[in-house]
Amino acid sequence: MAESSTSAWAPSQRQLERERYRRSRSLRSTLIAGVSTLAVLAVAVTALVTSPGWPRVQETFFSWDKAVEAFPDILQGLWLNVRIMVGCGIAIGLIGISIAVLRTLRGPVFFPLRAFATAYTDLFRGLPLLLLIFLLGFGVPALRLSGLPSSALFWGCVALVLSYSSYVAEVFRAGIESVHPSQRAAARSLGLTYAQSLRHVVLPQAVRRVVPPLMNDLVSLQKDSGLIAVLGVIDAIRAAQISTAADFNYTPYVVAGVVFVSLTIPMARLTDWVARRQGFHGAGGMV
Amino acid sequence: MAPLLRLTDVRKAFGDNVVLHDVDLEVEHGQCVVLIGASGSGKSTLLRCINLLETVDDGVIELEGEEITDPRVDADAIRSRMGVVFQSYNLFPHMSVLDNITLAPVRVHGVDKATAQREARAMLERVGLGEKATARPDDLSGGQQQRVAIARALVNRPALMLLDEVTSALDPELVGEVLDLLGQLKSEGMTMILNTHEMGFARQVADTVCFLDGGRILEQGPPDQVLLDPQQARTRQFLSRIHA
Repeated sequence: MAESSTSAWAPSQRQLERERYRRSRSLRSTLIAGVSTLAVLAVAVTALVTSPGWPRVQETFFSWDKAVEAFPDILQGLWLNVRIMVGCGIAIGLIGISIAVLRTLRGPVFFPLRAFATAYTDLFRGLPLLLLIFLLGFGVPALRLSGLPSSALFWGCVALVLSYSSYVAEVFRAGIESVHPSQRAAARSLGLTYAQSLRHVVLPQAVRRVVPPLMNDLVSLQKDSGLIAVLGVIDAIRAAQISTAADFNYTPYVVAGVVFVSLTIPMARLTDWVARRQGFHGAGGMV
Repeated sequence: MAPLLRLTDVRKAFGDNVVLHDVDLEVEHGQCVVLIGASGSGKSTLLRCINLLETVDDGVIELEGEEITDPRVDADAIRSRMGVVFQSYNLFPHMSVLDNITLAPVRVHGVDKATAQREARAMLERVGLGEKATARPDDLSGGQQQRVAIARALVNRPALMLLDEVTSALDPELVGEVLDLLGQLKSEGMTMILNTHEMGFARQVADTVCFLDGGRILEQGPPDQVLLDPQQARTRQFLSRIHA
């Protein structure tokens, strides 16, 4: 019966007027937003290029020739950053979620596991990442234990994983604890085991909720992957540094910055898209 | 005098699904209107439209003679003239009972804190929860939570109360305490629109009962007429299933 009345229905004059009014308001808002954005940009750009030191700054930070010259090396370095980010990212996710699950276990039997997980996060979250990289990157190979890899890159990555997984574990834990206990009760009442309810009911909801902060950590990891340059490997930032060292022109750093940003922006849009596609709109309603 | 609330040809659709068809309704000062009907008949949507939580797709809603469906009105100001109570209480779990009640008076209506707390305590006495001011919502029973929610709405002295299945989440024993409170409000002259499945209560307090079906008000009139001598076959069918 809804169909027949839908086809018969035509909006009243009053409704048409309301819609016109709403359209004109939204057009007005868009115009105001556009004009104010342009105005702010114009002021910022003018202030920049009319400043007394601008020619010097432009030469040192925004030299086109230098950018073109440094670009291939930086891109090659970036490939290393990307590989570190993907490889370490996966390891961090797996370890982080395991530590988080260990920390949320209840009951005295699990005390040793809980204690281990707590100690893990306390220790690796507290240690400065750079110190961890030095300790593992120079310290472990110096032990000359047979059977352990001696590559600086490998140990640098281990340091990244240890440090980041302790942050990520706490993010996951917050997500797990945000799932209402009634969800767990419902799952258990269906006969699912503790592990099954965690796997099929709690974790899917928890992970979805913490995607934005996890994204933060991933972007941060991408930049911190440059820290293992102290061990002698050449990533994008290190490549920029080498190029800069030749003539004290800082343009390569700017180029490295631009490529980093152009990596993170698509990543952020991708996560937004994934979250939307899964039909998760957060806890908020329309008001 | 204009009626407190008047709906004319109100229409609301979600996509192709038309939830309200040309709904007309008048509510006089001090009147209690009860909406009955099956789930999905549009009762809740009607309340949400009145409270401007949904934008109508056509038609006019007037509150005290003022058109509130005009896009130029300040929706927040309009909403602050109505009190809404939800099925699932929707108390703020991170605040004490007292803070739940004083939030809007202090933040929206600019009442100073001491006055707001005094009024809130008086309101809690009135709903029979004088000793629960410092409790957290989670420490209360469902019926107590719902009475706090009613107190939270009342403390703003609304011109109109909208109650959306306020007893549906309560067990039968607790339903009584909430319905008693509503009956008391009605006798004090509060204008109310409520949707409920409690037919006995509807008969007791309603001045007008509206039966909604498929987004239309199929039948409306005094409770004895609509509930005991329905004119429409669909109304009879609905009521027989409820009573069965």
